[in-house]
Amino acid sequence: MAELFGVPLPALLGQLLLGLVNGSFYAMLSLGLAVIFGMLNIINFAHGAFYMMGAMLAWMGMEYLGLNYWAMLLLAPLVVGALGVVIERLLLRWLYQLDHLYGLLLTFGITLVAEGLFRSFYGVSGQPFDVPSQLAGATNLGFMFLPNYRAWVVLASLVVCFGVWALIEKTSLGALLRAGTENPRLVQAFGINVPLMVSLTYAGGVALAAFAGVLAAPIIQVSPLMGSQLIITVFAVVVIGGMGSILGAIVTGLGLGVIEGLTKVFYPEASNTVVFVVMAIVLLVRPAGLFGKER
Amino acid sequence: MSKKNPLLGYALMFGVIALLPALGVYPIFVMKVMCFALFACAFNLLIGFTGLLSFGHAAFFGVAAYAAGHALKVWGLPVPLGIAFGVSCAAVLGLVFGLLAIRRAGIYFAMITLALSQMVFFFFLQAPFTGGEDGLQSVPRGHLLGLDLGNDLVLYEVVVAIFVAAFWLIYRTVHSPFGQVLTAIRENEPRAISLGYDVERFKLLAFVLSAALAGLAGATKTLVLGFATLSDAVWTTSGAVILMTLVGGMGTMVGPMVGALVIVSLESKIGDLGSLLANLTGIQWFQGLGEAVTLVTGLIFILCVLLFRRGIVGEAIALRERLRA
Amino acid sequence: MKLKQIALATLAACGFAGAAQAQISGDVVKIGFLTDMSSVYADIDGSGGVEAIKMAIADMKGMVAGKKIEFIYADHQNKADVASAKAREWFDTQGVDMLIGGTNSGTALAMATVAAEKHKPFIVIGAGSARLTNEACTPYTVHYAYDTVALARGTVNPMVKAGGKSWYFLTADYAFGASLQADATEVIQKAGGKVLGAVKHPLNANDFSSFLLQAQGSGAQILGLANAGGDTINSIKAANEFGITKSMKLAGLLMFINDVHSVGLKAAEGMYVTDSWYWNQTPEAREWSRRFFDKMKRMPSSLQAADYSAVTHYLQAVDKLKTDEGDKVMAQMKAAPVKDFYSAGSIRKEDGRFVHDMFLMQVKSPKESTEPWDYYKVTARIPGDDAFTKLADSKCPLVKK
Repeated sequence: MAELFGVPLPALLGQLLLGLVNGSFYAMLSLGLAVIFGMLNIINFAHGAFYMMGAMLAWMGMEYLGLNYWAMLLLAPLVVGALGVVIERLLLRWLYQLDHLYGLLLTFGITLVAEGLFRSFYGVSGQPFDVPSQLAGATNLGFMFLPNYRAWVVLASLVVCFGVWALIEKTSLGALLRAGTENPRLVQAFGINVPLMVSLTYAGGVALAAFAGVLAAPIIQVSPLMGSQLIITVFAVVVIGGMGSILGAIVTGLGLGVIEGLTKVFYPEASNTVVFVVMAIVLLVRPAGLFGKER
Repeated sequence: MSKKNPLLGYALMFGVIALLPALGVYPIFVMKVMCFALFACAFNLLIGFTGLLSFGHAAFFGVAAYAAGHALKVWGLPVPLGIAFGVSCAAVLGLVFGLLAIRRAGIYFAMITLALSQMVFFFFLQAPFTGGEDGLQSVPRGHLLGLDLGNDLVLYEVVVAIFVAAFWLIYRTVHSPFGQVLTAIRENEPRAISLGYDVERFKLLAFVLSAALAGLAGATKTLVLGFATLSDAVWTTSGAVILMTLVGGMGTMVGPMVGALVIVSLESKIGDLGSLLANLTGIQWFQGLGEAVTLVTGLIFILCVLLFRRGIVGEAIALRERLRA
Repeated sequence: MKLKQIALATLAACGFAGAAQAQISGDVVKIGFLTDMSSVYADIDGSGGVEAIKMAIADMKGMVAGKKIEFIYADHQNKADVASAKAREWFDTQGVDMLIGGTNSGTALAMATVAAEKHKPFIVIGAGSARLTNEACTPYTVHYAYDTVALARGTVNPMVKAGGKSWYFLTADYAFGASLQADATEVIQKAGGKVLGAVKHPLNANDFSSFLLQAQGSGAQILGLANAGGDTINSIKAANEFGITKSMKLAGLLMFINDVHSVGLKAAEGMYVTDSWYWNQTPEAREWSRRFFDKMKRMPSSLQAADYSAVTHYLQAVDKLKTDEGDKVMAQMKAAPVKDFYSAGSIRKEDGRFVHDMFLMQVKSPKESTEPWDYYKVTARIPGDDAFTKLADSKCPLVKK
């Protein structure tokens, strides 16, 4: 069997594929964060909390309302999006002219409140959540068995990522959004309701996080603490990609998944830390991230 | 008002603090508050007076805590040398962080400091001498100038002395020409550059000073509590010190101290507060407050950012200005 | 002006700190309980532990040796500095006579130092570090429920004897993970088995698929999960997903019934777990657990049962001696055997280790489970002397060799 750096080739291929699977997931999570920063100039630290709420709502919908996974895949992001609009109207809109720090701190506060609330009702051990029956089982790819659900995660993530990218970069709606950020008064003068656009953008960004949460629920413990474990990694991905860049978030998410995957083979203890090493190196060489523009 | 000497006010404040045990206040709690107050003041030097937000200050607190702990326990160094060793390690680490991060600005500066502190945390996790999550335990208190630091009251006055010295250092720094340049950099960096100041050198110096003082806080904490653990260097501790400074008032001298008092009290006393409220009002729900530290901290964050952006002390100063007008 | 403002701030500081002052009472037996109530270990101990201790006090009718029993508790949030400072404060200003510590080894080690300094008994319930009865032992520490040595031996011995000769470890990159793996490896090799490899993952890893793939590649019969909490749950979920459970047996080295509840019987079915107690083990256990369930709406974990047992044992010692003086009570607790619905055994005089039987259990399939929380069948009993470190091997400086 051929070997590369002491690891048999099929095993290495398997790890790379798993890295891509994780990477597509990172890409989708970072996407929402990048959209919100790019459009609103807010560093949404609460992204992890919305991700958690997506997963918890999915569980709640299945447990209390008897809905199935597919229904929750659509419903949970909508509910979270609506919540996002409320939060944006009530809390965030006061901070747009201020330093980034305040948005970060406020959303961090929101995270703590959300976590505390869910934890007081549901404890920390998590809720059981099975893989939906239509996606159970695995496919033999020759060098490894890939669970069908993971393949679905990749598919859904990539479709959503490129969909959002195309929406923002290639359509007139996207152009309006981008214009609204750069010069809100002018765009408002054209008769566009800019505040509404901003609210909906925030809602869209957090809905993406909730969607990622529902995708994650069958494979990761659904608990109130699930967001805080992920948030600084996702953060780092967005920064590496360049803080307003949609494409940057997607590419970096995928890339980080692969890099982490390789680290898990050769130096597994460092797999949570490698993203920060990459971030430090990238920021020293390209100050605004890979695809970003310095503001 | 600027005619009256603020130093008199500070002297009175420290006098009261030094006498708190005589008033029946529990000294260990106040010592812990002072350590974090020092940590917050050090952080404030950077954010409040120089305008640089660091997300990695726990690295300096932690490295000094471990270094001092190791020096005092394993090498058996006398207390002043142990603490000095801790402070030096923090200063050196501050220099390294500073050299790497200074050229960036705003959120990118903050993210580099976060990345670097995560790497430092990983090092502590892997290094055998830290004891992993068990921590570096049983650090002896030893003696200082013949006085037995095992006595809580003696140690208390020593910690007050350390705190006063550090506070004085910060005060002198802020009110010196060096401090004026830092303020200028915070207010309008391009202008400062155009006036011919080597802005990066000033920022680096402020960063190293801030790191060293944060290290002093960490080393002192190890002395008081007798251990150093991973939670000293974890990123949420960096978050906690940002919160303390925000709640107390960025850019004020006393603000971070008040902020530290609020946050440390919250962590340690919320259960007691809950019981007190439950007994006073008869509403049993307050009993559950002890389990709600996260929730309450989050609400405080939100309230502070929306309503009390200048922090407790900052708002108090603004109120006084308004009443005068 | 500034002076007034500073003075006001200082007065507020005094008020704040003073609000939590209490009278030091000598006429009361006061028990202090510090545990994690809001973070990762909140379910296995936490407020359930508080309830269990309250039950123990109520069962003594709230009085011991003619004095009233008082109980205070707080959340240490898994921070050693909060735990240590709080413990100190309780001993110095609140007249706490006995400290009982919930989860987390770091906080337990810090609290043990404080209790030893103040000459007061400290009973550790949920921390796993065997250091508490070895390098860090004190005359005042009692390590009650379990430690990593007992867990490792309890799981490994019966499984190797039953034919599981080749092992692979998925280990949390933390001290407890390393000691679980090391202790288990020693037992495996002594019993004639082999460890084919191990992979260390960072705590709170996001995804386990990569590590599990490496485990699968090793071809071992048994996958030992030397991790805990969310990491264990995620490992089990991923192991099911990738079909690893078809070719390897899973052994949870540090698992509680709350984890099984969270991951579900379908995913955990067939797994081996070692624990000190199971609520459905004996009629006495069942009876106590139903009382607990009435209050908490979930079945107790072994730690919560241990909280009850430890406090009862302490109170009985105080009642017998008619004093709460630290040294005397410690001697009595070590002299008197423990025998209740939780376990039977005695606390070792030299190092404070409570030696009692451990149980290897297997997770039932959904069909075998007859009622909610009916998750385990007990497959083997490991006698205490085999499970815990023998006195001759102890690294405790107080043990005379």
